[in-house]
Amino acid sequence: MKTSRYLIIAMMCLAAVSCREDELVVPTEYDLIPGGPQPDAQPIGMYLLNEGNMGSNKASIDFVDFRNGYYARNLYAERNPSVIKELGDVGNDIQIYGSRLYAVINCSHKVEVMDARTLRRIGQIDIPNCRYIKFSRNHAYVTSYVGPVQMDPNAQAGAVYQVDTASLQVTGKCTVGYQPDELEIMGEYIYVANSGGYRAPNYDRTVSVVERHGMKQVRKIPVGINLHRIRADRYGKLWVTSRGDYNGVHSKLFVLEKESKWSSDMVVTDTLDIPCTEMCIHGDSLYFYSTEWNYALERNNITYGIIDIRTRRQVSESFIIDGTAADIEIPYGISINPSNGDIYVTDAKNYVSSGQLHCYNRYGRRKWSVRTGDIPAHMVFLYE
Amino acid sequence: MNRNTIFILLTGFLCGTAAASTAPDSINLDEVTVTAQTYKDVIPAQTLKGKELDALRTHSVADALRFFSGVQLKDYGGVGGIKTVNIRSMGTNHMGVYYNGIELGNAQNGQVDLGKYSLENIESVSLYNGQKSEIFQSAREFGSAGSIYLTSRFPLFAEGEKARLRASLRAGSFDLFDASVTFDYRLSHNVSFSFNGEWLTSSGKYKFRYRRVTPSGDLAYDTTAVRQNGDIDAVRFEAGLHGFLNRGRWKAFVYHYNSERGVPGAIVNNVWRRGERLWDRNTFVQGMWEYNVTPRWDMKINAKYAYDYTRYVNNDDKLIHVDNIYKQKEVYLSCAAKVIVLPNWEWSAAYDFQWNGLSEYKSVHRTTHWLSTATAFSLGDCFKAQASALLTAVNEERRDRDEAPDKFKFTPGVFMSVKPFRRPNLVVRAFYKHSYRMPTFNDLYYTDMGNAYLKPETAIQYNAGLLYDISRSKGAFRFFSIGTDIYYNEVRDKIVAYPKGQQFRWTMLNLGKVHIRGIDVQTQLTFRLPAEIDLTGKFQYTYQEAIDVTNPADNYYRHQIPYIPWHSFSAICMAGWRGWTLNYSYIYTGERYNQQENIRYNYTQPWYTSDLSLLKEFQIGKVKMRATAEINNLFSQDYDVILNYPMPKRNYRFGLTIEI
Repeated sequence: MKTSRYLIIAMMCLAAVSCREDELVVPTEYDLIPGGPQPDAQPIGMYLLNEGNMGSNKASIDFVDFRNGYYARNLYAERNPSVIKELGDVGNDIQIYGSRLYAVINCSHKVEVMDARTLRRIGQIDIPNCRYIKFSRNHAYVTSYVGPVQMDPNAQAGAVYQVDTASLQVTGKCTVGYQPDELEIMGEYIYVANSGGYRAPNYDRTVSVVERHGMKQVRKIPVGINLHRIRADRYGKLWVTSRGDYNGVHSKLFVLEKESKWSSDMVVTDTLDIPCTEMCIHGDSLYFYSTEWNYALERNNITYGIIDIRTRRQVSESFIIDGTAADIEIPYGISINPSNGDIYVTDAKNYVSSGQLHCYNRYGRRKWSVRTGDIPAHMVFLYE
Repeated sequence: MNRNTIFILLTGFLCGTAAASTAPDSINLDEVTVTAQTYKDVIPAQTLKGKELDALRTHSVADALRFFSGVQLKDYGGVGGIKTVNIRSMGTNHMGVYYNGIELGNAQNGQVDLGKYSLENIESVSLYNGQKSEIFQSAREFGSAGSIYLTSRFPLFAEGEKARLRASLRAGSFDLFDASVTFDYRLSHNVSFSFNGEWLTSSGKYKFRYRRVTPSGDLAYDTTAVRQNGDIDAVRFEAGLHGFLNRGRWKAFVYHYNSERGVPGAIVNNVWRRGERLWDRNTFVQGMWEYNVTPRWDMKINAKYAYDYTRYVNNDDKLIHVDNIYKQKEVYLSCAAKVIVLPNWEWSAAYDFQWNGLSEYKSVHRTTHWLSTATAFSLGDCFKAQASALLTAVNEERRDRDEAPDKFKFTPGVFMSVKPFRRPNLVVRAFYKHSYRMPTFNDLYYTDMGNAYLKPETAIQYNAGLLYDISRSKGAFRFFSIGTDIYYNEVRDKIVAYPKGQQFRWTMLNLGKVHIRGIDVQTQLTFRLPAEIDLTGKFQYTYQEAIDVTNPADNYYRHQIPYIPWHSFSAICMAGWRGWTLNYSYIYTGERYNQQENIRYNYTQPWYTSDLSLLKEFQIGKVKMRATAEINNLFSQDYDVILNYPMPKRNYRFGLTIEI
């Protein structure tokens, strides 16, 4: 009698629980975006790389289809179901060169190479601790935090790898400064922003100049501590950001120009006391945002703005004018559609939940927002 | 004379393991009739000991805790993998772990790796929700939201016996080899000595499998690989002196653990092996002295000194080389007194002092004072109540980075139970308790992540339940019990990591708020069938809803917190026949999410494993022997407890124990 009661309870519990099933390939989700299809849109779409938190193996690629007016979330696994453990751990950069899409997956120590239209995998390039990628004359250049193994672990310099985009083989390597982040190619030279982030408080403060042809570091330009971004504008200037030390030294923006008309050496010609975390140059305007921790208020101090790259003066306090900037918890990426001036800003929220992608028109009014993967960060446009 | 000594030793033993001696779910048949009728604790513990524990002997303490209701284990896989537990979704830091009565500490991150503690020398493992139902204890024991008591074996001697030696060998999958020796010696009538040493080594290599199919049912990928860098080499020594006084007892105890292990790390795309190594050296010396000053006045003093050394090295040539050393020291002193005011009314008070220091990687230290008072009241055999109040004061001393303010915390608790009838044997119980966890050194001072102004995190528990049992001394049916509790917990000022802007640059804030509602059920059934067959079944089930209610604007507002399944249960079936014991155990952990947001991409499938073990006890001459064979994960399920940390497939272990 009591036994039967015992059994009934057991059965009830068992009925409430479920069994393990076959683990399915991570599925793609689709959302419509307001505005509807634009059959003539050029670029036709935009890829968004979500970083995913470290160790979660949740780097993912989303796609905004401008022509058909929808958002596709988490495309990679469905397009490449046979790739073991999917795209990888911590996506750090995404770029298109020719007909191929390159995704730098930092903690999977590889650059994933895909067809830009279909997102089908073509191959991978193994580069340890890879960070950012740029292209020039059928070669890809990738920064890496780890160069040659050193006897002194505190002096482990980073490197730039040269990769042949036809064979996907590493063809050269050059040691640069400590923990190099972004790189920019101008003419025969590669400029690399060294951070030295693992050596805090002894941050690196230089931009390495690497001669592209011989893969040799020819110079180091002193700039500022903990460098991160480096971008060329159409006047041959370089815009370099410093993260500061997150404490007393604030983030800054540096301008590098040729020393003289006849010299090819770049030097710092201007220091803008504007904190800058990420930027995007569109025409003569440099759109930027910055997130800095405010110790007194225990929250992030977030600023947006536009700088005129000719005058180097901030011309706007914000490029979002309808008050919707308050909806962004942590801006984590910015991109501008070259054809219509639409501004895309990603929100990483708390880094361990889904982020958001916001689209604003060129006047700074929000057009739409959509849920992304974890830590949406890097964007690239796809042209027909 | 000899008989007397044994009696004293035995009573001492029973007192010494008071944590375990009151369980109604003891499976020793002869004891069942006794324990079932004693209504001793306000809220009894869940306990594993005796034969049940023998069946789990080859595992770690963490593995045994999976059989308790309300407990969730985080297991990173393998013999050397880190294993931590939390109770009723309140977080690992709210769980106090006591080894022979004194808390195991980790001031640095507040988490005790229970995978490091072997069951080889453990007499009993007990779990208390709220706190131990005993007012005569150190002040600190009133602080945790839940407590695990590990009690090591007590030397027991037969009449005229002076020494006892036990040796055991175990081997099995993952190139596991484990040798252990226990030596007990009676120095005099009142003093005995015990020693236990163990050496454990394993390559930690096991096969694991990841398999995915497309929605149409085609195979996407199916890969099997070998877990790397999960090796362990550990040596442990324990030695104790146990003495009895005319009106009291004392204990002195030394523990030393030394290990080197690999940290296997997450399996992610293109990364199948990592280069992290961990060296641990834990040493502690502790002593206990308990004395009955007058018939109405008891005194107890506990003292401990602990030194922990941890070295962490990252040798991965794809990552920046790291080599950090952490040294922690702890000095602890506690004294408690209990007075019997009236035969049914007791009063106690205790004061504890602790000093913690962390050096090398960063240098900080703190002193903590605990002051408690508690009272227990009973009315015949039908009502019991306890109330306790604890005051904690933490003195955060000046250190190199910044200065943290001192902290004070007052935490009350009320426990009561009623036994309304003489028969049937039904007990109704309830408790209400505040508990807290201090911010750890990492929370407060970790380089540009710590936040010096953190308040202690609070957990408030409301619990109501009942316990019912029947026992018979004749016939096939012998014992049945069922206990169930419903509870509601609130975690306030939960310490969470909050992003500062750039990724991996976080700060700690008192931000989180979690509401937890749950039901625990435990039952046990015992039969004695003809032909000397004993059958015992134990079953426990937990339902939990633990939701994040921090901020309605979050897209995970009111979602289940990570890694807490709604349903979990375990069952143990044991059949005994003339020295043979066959044990089958089953563990089920239901579906859950691996991140805050309950969306498809964070979904984690249920897992369930079956373990089977066979044990035979026999005697050759004067030598007692015990042989065991076990199969774990019988159906070879491929599962992750923590995302990207694969668990072993089917594995085997064999053991032999000899006792002289």
